[in-house]
Amino acid sequence: MNAPLTLKDYETDQEVRWCPGCGDYAILKTIQKLMPTLNVPKENTVFVSGIGCSSRFPYYMNTYGFHTIHGRAPSIATGVKLANPELDVWMVTGDGDGLSIGGNHMLHALRRNVDLQILLFNNEIYGLTKGQYSPTSKVGTKSPSTPDGSIDQPLDPAAFALGAGARFVARGIDTEAKSLTPLLARAHAHKGTSFVEIYQNCPVYNDGIFDLVKDKKNAANTRLVLEHGEPMLFGTDNEKGIRLNMKTLTLEVVTLGEEGVTLDDILVHDETNITIAQMISRIHSPDFPEPFGVIYCNPTRAFVDDVYSQRIAVRETKGAADVNAILRGGHTWTVS
Amino acid sequence: MSVVEEVSDEVDVGKKITDVVVRFAGDSGDGMQLTGSNFTEATALYGNDLATFPDFPAEIRAPAGATFGVSAFQIYFGSEDVTTAGDDVDVLVAMNPAALITNLSSLEPGGLIVADNDAFTAKNLTRAGYTENPLEDGSLDAYRVISIDITKRVLATVKPYGLSHKFGVRCKNMWTLGLMMWLFDRSRDAAIEGLRKKFAKAPDIAEANVAAINAGHAYGETAELPSGVEVYKVPAADVEPGLYRNITGTEALSYGLIAGGQLASIPLVFASYPITPASGLLHALSGHKEFDVVTFQAEDEIAAVCAAIGASFAGSLGITSSSGPGIALKAEAISLACATELPLVIVNTQRGGPSTGLPTKTEQSDLLQAIFGRHGDTPLPVISASTSSDCFDVAIEAVRIATKYSTPVILLSDGYMANASEPWLVPDFDSYEPFPVKFETDPEGFSPANRDEDTLARVWAKPGTPGLEHRIGGIERDYDTGDISYEPENHHRMTLVRQSKIDGIANDIPDQDVDSGNESGKMAVVGWGSTYGSIHQAVKRARQEGKDVAHIHLRHMWPMPANLGDLLSGYEEVLIPEMNTGQLIHLIRSHYMIDAKGLNKISGQPFKIREIEAAITEQLENAK
Repeated sequence: MNAPLTLKDYETDQEVRWCPGCGDYAILKTIQKLMPTLNVPKENTVFVSGIGCSSRFPYYMNTYGFHTIHGRAPSIATGVKLANPELDVWMVTGDGDGLSIGGNHMLHALRRNVDLQILLFNNEIYGLTKGQYSPTSKVGTKSPSTPDGSIDQPLDPAAFALGAGARFVARGIDTEAKSLTPLLARAHAHKGTSFVEIYQNCPVYNDGIFDLVKDKKNAANTRLVLEHGEPMLFGTDNEKGIRLNMKTLTLEVVTLGEEGVTLDDILVHDETNITIAQMISRIHSPDFPEPFGVIYCNPTRAFVDDVYSQRIAVRETKGAADVNAILRGGHTWTVS
Repeated sequence: MSVVEEVSDEVDVGKKITDVVVRFAGDSGDGMQLTGSNFTEATALYGNDLATFPDFPAEIRAPAGATFGVSAFQIYFGSEDVTTAGDDVDVLVAMNPAALITNLSSLEPGGLIVADNDAFTAKNLTRAGYTENPLEDGSLDAYRVISIDITKRVLATVKPYGLSHKFGVRCKNMWTLGLMMWLFDRSRDAAIEGLRKKFAKAPDIAEANVAAINAGHAYGETAELPSGVEVYKVPAADVEPGLYRNITGTEALSYGLIAGGQLASIPLVFASYPITPASGLLHALSGHKEFDVVTFQAEDEIAAVCAAIGASFAGSLGITSSSGPGIALKAEAISLACATELPLVIVNTQRGGPSTGLPTKTEQSDLLQAIFGRHGDTPLPVISASTSSDCFDVAIEAVRIATKYSTPVILLSDGYMANASEPWLVPDFDSYEPFPVKFETDPEGFSPANRDEDTLARVWAKPGTPGLEHRIGGIERDYDTGDISYEPENHHRMTLVRQSKIDGIANDIPDQDVDSGNESGKMAVVGWGSTYGSIHQAVKRARQEGKDVAHIHLRHMWPMPANLGDLLSGYEEVLIPEMNTGQLIHLIRSHYMIDAKGLNKISGQPFKIREIEAAITEQLENAK
């Protein structure tokens, strides 16, 4: 057996061409480092992407890779998996590629539960086309196509994924390998389509958009780190928490010890609970702490497995395949 | 040569005739397609040569009695070679006034009308646009009419089986079938057997339908029919011995793709999105999971072609299928397959366009779309089937070219041949030469840009193969390494090599042959696609009249056969009939500078033989 693989084995000889300071560099390193730990033969790993800055990703991974066309990576990845379910298929996309031009395919890759890892690098902007606002840009984003500020309401990727029927939804930060790595490992271990939204800074066109939540010094107050089975606490001394207001059926921020709030009042994260997941996916800073971690994980059968088990069932009933037999199926007659 | 001619002398009818055209027409819910296919089967078993033309509306269940809801099934059968569904109708079965008014113009003067007079109610007459009942006002005097109270008779026949009024009325198509079986001396056995099989779980319905067939047949035997109507004998055709079956283009195409996959030793992934008239292929292949075929109904046309491309990347042969509008949606992805040089088969079952156009009618207006309808310089091979059964061999050829040259191939069919059936001398699959795909497995000297020296095909290295990890994509690639390259000279070179690869296919396809007639001479009628049957008959008739006319029918539309230019130069006149405004003619004129003339029909209906015959005569006259 050869020596165990390392990060180096997953690097290609191609010059990485993202802008200096782009969050994509950090994500690339995290994934190259994660790969050798996943116990997947390198030749069975496939990265598929669409178009955009993030979609250059496959060129830098020394695995099989396919840089395709704008928005269609979920469909191409589905085809790869249909042809060979043994392959470990990762899909890399961005907010424009995955949620604008490719929104329809994203929806169906999620609800079908094709066995893929979908990584959506969300920088809330179009980078490669030079800075237009994207479907995740906040209202008021000034860009070349919206010089007076964007006016359409943004889409929330995690909420979209849950709405589409995703069975694994998580959120991480580009530069924080320590927390991103286990998230990606869990996404990989999940059978079915897993969806990981990664907040990614674009230093050229949308710099600092996530500064508030990325600021490590204040992270305790701005982030809600989700742990299955744990109460949703945050703050420097875990003094604050998320409570479900039973009258309004909305989440609210409360402080332990104030107005009679105790630990029992704090919502406990249950990653298998779709209602909690949907509520959590929709809260954002600055009104709430920004949730990170596994928002939802509730596995079910994967599409490709069912495709093949159905086929096996048909073969058991129909017997061996024979072209000459189907050609002679139905009514035939002989002319002598 | 038709029923009409035989009966015109009003003596000794019911004797032999050589061929006849029967058209069944009724509401889309009347079961005319089923009636037609049962009659077709009986006719094939009888030994006649035949061709059919199912002609149905886009509406699934239009309001009863509406003219736009009329569904028709035409069959032409005879004792000589039959290659079209016939020009004019000899016998029209009209289940209601709308069916009569919309089909009467195709009936020969003196032709026979069989009508269900129970359906000629005031309401139905008004809905069809009649102010008087044509069965009673003398307006059909130019024809012979058998007006029968079919609905009443059917209800009486099926009463013992306890069917509801609704289900009882539905049996009237089988009653009519029984009458037609009597009229043309067909056997009811296969139809009866089929009904018992189809309604195995509802024996009452099966037996009611069987009783209806028998009652219709008995009516023919016992009723006093108008003068000149009795059993017609259409002797069996003299056809090549062997095992036959009826086959539609859709069935033949599905079998051909499966067969092609086996000959190439490669699994198929067929990804499609429903669209008329192409959906049948998705249905057909979905029912054959016993083969190495995965079918996938994607969320849209783009997803379908992309899934097929992903499958090809992963080592299956990706196939997608649609009709014109769907092919337009797939265009960007097809260019990706051209750029990355992956095998792919794209089936276009053409329909009347543009846009939704005439979705259930036929046309061949996507030829130039197939050859040129993409961005960038993206040449790809285009092949077309000419008859229902030809779809089998053409599908195999598409798989062969796609896998041998690592290229997308567009296969053109159309709504007519997809739905029409014809008898097929079933081939022996074992006699086909395999063309197994060779996947790269050797890491030594591997580059994803490697090409076969002869075919220029790019190497196919599938994921899962150790040591061959590589990236492909839509960005231009270096000729030698396959890495991203923006070098101007490299792009020029890559564009030319992709072009050369496709051009080279011309040397790997048979020389163009002459279907009938001489290899040079006065005139060639050049066709492609489902106009085959009409051109074949028109040229045959012209030649019987002593005209020096040949029929040349193309399968390889792009690249065209290497000898085609020389072959066509050998004729003084070239006529190109097409069901479009003139697309092949563009290619022939620009490619070979041949002054071809076009005959164009864009009505959603196939050419009539006499239309082509007239064009031949006219062009020969003008050339004098």
